[in-house]
Amino acid sequence: MADAQTTETMTTILAQHVGLEGPLLPILHAVQAELGFIPGDVVQMIADHLNITRAEVHGVITFYHDFRNAPAGKHIVKICRAEACQAVGANALSERAFEKLGVDWHGTTANGAVTLEPVYCLGLCACGPAAMVDGKVVGRVDHAKLDKILAEAGA
Amino acid sequence: MKIYVPLDSAALSLGANDVADAIVAHAKDNNLDVTVIRNGTRGMIWLEPLVEIETDQGRVGYGAVEASDVPALLDGTLDSLGLVEDLPWMKGQTRLTFQRCGVIDPLDLADYEAHGGLAGLRNAIAMTPAGIVEDVTASGLRGRGGAGFPTGIKWNTVLGAKADQKYIVCNADEGDSGTFADRMIMEGDPFTLIEGMIIAGLAVEATKGYVYLRSEYPDAIDMMEKAVVLARGAGILGADVLGSGRAFDMEIRVGAGAYVCGEETSLLNSLEGKRGVVRAKPPLPALEGFLGKPTVVNNVISLATVPVVLEKGAQHYADFGLGRSKGTIPIQIAGNVKFGGLYETAFGMPLGELVDTVAGGTLSGAPVKAVQVGGPLGAYMPRDKFDTPFGYEEFDGQGGLIGHAGLVVFDDATNMLGMARFAMEFCAVESCGKCTPCRIGAVRGVETIDRIGKGDADAIPLLEDLCETMKDGSLCALGGFTPYPVLSALHNFPDDFATQKEAAE
Ligand SMILES: Cc1cc2nc3c(=O)[nH]c(=O)nc-3n(C[C@H](O)[C@H](O)[C@H](O)COP(=O)(O)O)c2cc1C
Ligand code: SF4
Ligand code: FES
Ligand code: FES
Repeated sequence: MADAQTTETMTTILAQHVGLEGPLLPILHAVQAELGFIPGDVVQMIADHLNITRAEVHGVITFYHDFRNAPAGKHIVKICRAEACQAVGANALSERAFEKLGVDWHGTTANGAVTLEPVYCLGLCACGPAAMVDGKVVGRVDHAKLDKILAEAGA
Repeated sequence: MKIYVPLDSAALSLGANDVADAIVAHAKDNNLDVTVIRNGTRGMIWLEPLVEIETDQGRVGYGAVEASDVPALLDGTLDSLGLVEDLPWMKGQTRLTFQRCGVIDPLDLADYEAHGGLAGLRNAIAMTPAGIVEDVTASGLRGRGGAGFPTGIKWNTVLGAKADQKYIVCNADEGDSGTFADRMIMEGDPFTLIEGMIIAGLAVEATKGYVYLRSEYPDAIDMMEKAVVLARGAGILGADVLGSGRAFDMEIRVGAGAYVCGEETSLLNSLEGKRGVVRAKPPLPALEGFLGKPTVVNNVISLATVPVVLEKGAQHYADFGLGRSKGTIPIQIAGNVKFGGLYETAFGMPLGELVDTVAGGTLSGAPVKAVQVGGPLGAYMPRDKFDTPFGYEEFDGQGGLIGHAGLVVFDDATNMLGMARFAMEFCAVESCGKCTPCRIGAVRGVETIDRIGKGDADAIPLLEDLCETMKDGSLCALGGFTPYPVLSALHNFPDDFATQKEAAE
């Protein structure tokens, strides 16, 4: 069972999405924006609200790369792995991030400061390598810029 | 003094907000009368942040500007690039779809109208639905999302379908590496997309629209949401579009990080709140699309080009281009290039001219090795194919595709076996899982390429075989076209596959 606070949050979110056609993705985005991830105990609440099975909600959550079922680190650093960024050194940049953080893709640093995610294109392909830090875009990320980003994030 | 500082996310990623803040602060400290306008980007990304100062002669450009340049910028001692309109990159283009991008404040409706905005919609309101469809068909406009299907013909199917509700769905999933035209226009001229969607609605008698916008584009999401609210407030969207008595309204929906959701049927499933699994066709989305209703699914650029077609006339648009590729195409130049950005030009420019002249060759200065055209499912073109003119049929004839018109340039330090491996890996990560050749084949593909890398020559025919199976047996182009980058790397750059073998022996 969800605690009282989560239940209240969920009631608000579900009420905000009444009347939408195809409301499940907007609901899941809202939950993740509010709670940082999609806790297992809200799945049934969403399922009941939309009159679908929890299997269906679970299936949707697991299909999409964006949704997480556990909290991320304090900051999320995404590094573009796609071709245009590879053409200007994205692979070496990722390697450096692995080394500095001591994690692989999807990993969170031991101190919980940074979660490292791959992303396949941020539309910054003419000023790569590209990265995104908590939703903010960064272009032409060289090793010095990366080190600065990671230091500021407390890694 | 009017100063333009772009808010396009490429400019933001290179410090445009710091520059804008510094301008405001410096002007305040020195009692200068300065108005900062945040525009979209002109598309010259290597010059971002590109600051423009309005003068009697026109807008003078400065770039790339850093916050520390601001005092010099404001006291007139910073070196300028001259008039932005006169820069070779701007002069060489034919800007139709992107005529306002970088010029206006993206959220200023008066500015939008002063630069030709809403003229197309006003013309459309005076026409019959069939008349609008005829014009779009006559313009020769083909879908810019990748497949190049004629937009007017698609609309005609939806117009002919009888239903109580029809939809316009804009595909703003733009997942292809090397492409950013959709993002650029949504951030730099969002009303154009809204206007195009309304015209589509009038043409097929749909009253509701959705933009399915990828979550990787938070700045574009924010801009589109603001623009929709403003358009609704101004009576452009709503129950009575510009007093026409006809209704059209729309919503922005955010994707969730799945490349395959750019495929139109997967996108519709996602929009309905389902897993983004590809649907078998038929039924066509035009007949049974969103929630089973007749639906136009079009790419951002296809829809954003409709206003200029209706504004300037179908013939004006169709007079540009080459063969069956009519009009202009916003080419996105990316990767290892000196001049990266967006270049809108009539179809027909040879690939080599785009790479060597427009893009100025590589940033590293090393020779160009390959150009991947059309995103992660596009072929790697070697230099001996550089005379291919930029057109749908022309690229098809060379075993390639133009897709969403992104060019990604690689220099000679690139290992093409590595790029082939990445193509298979990407397909494995992004497969929707519906069909076996893609779901299982992509993983086997990575393994097989690793075997080749370790020197196992027997794995080469296996890879060819696997690619044939994926081409023939996949339901959609993710599994079906991944063989393009893989086989083009193998066939055009055999040394990268052979060298590895010798090294291991
Ligand atoms: C795997 C895959 C990904 C696709 N991604 C996109 C995309 O991001 N944007 C897009 O407009 N079309 C994409 N398409 C093409 C769409 O299926 C569809 O053809 C297009 O949205 C139709 O619009 P258009 O006729 O205006 O091009 C993709 C297709 C496939 C197979
Ligand atoms: S080819 Fe791949 S992505 Fe396309 S339908 Fe089949 S499994 Fe899904
Ligand atoms: S490929 Fe990295 S931002 Fe597009
Ligand atoms: S219907 Fe989608 S894979 Fe068969």
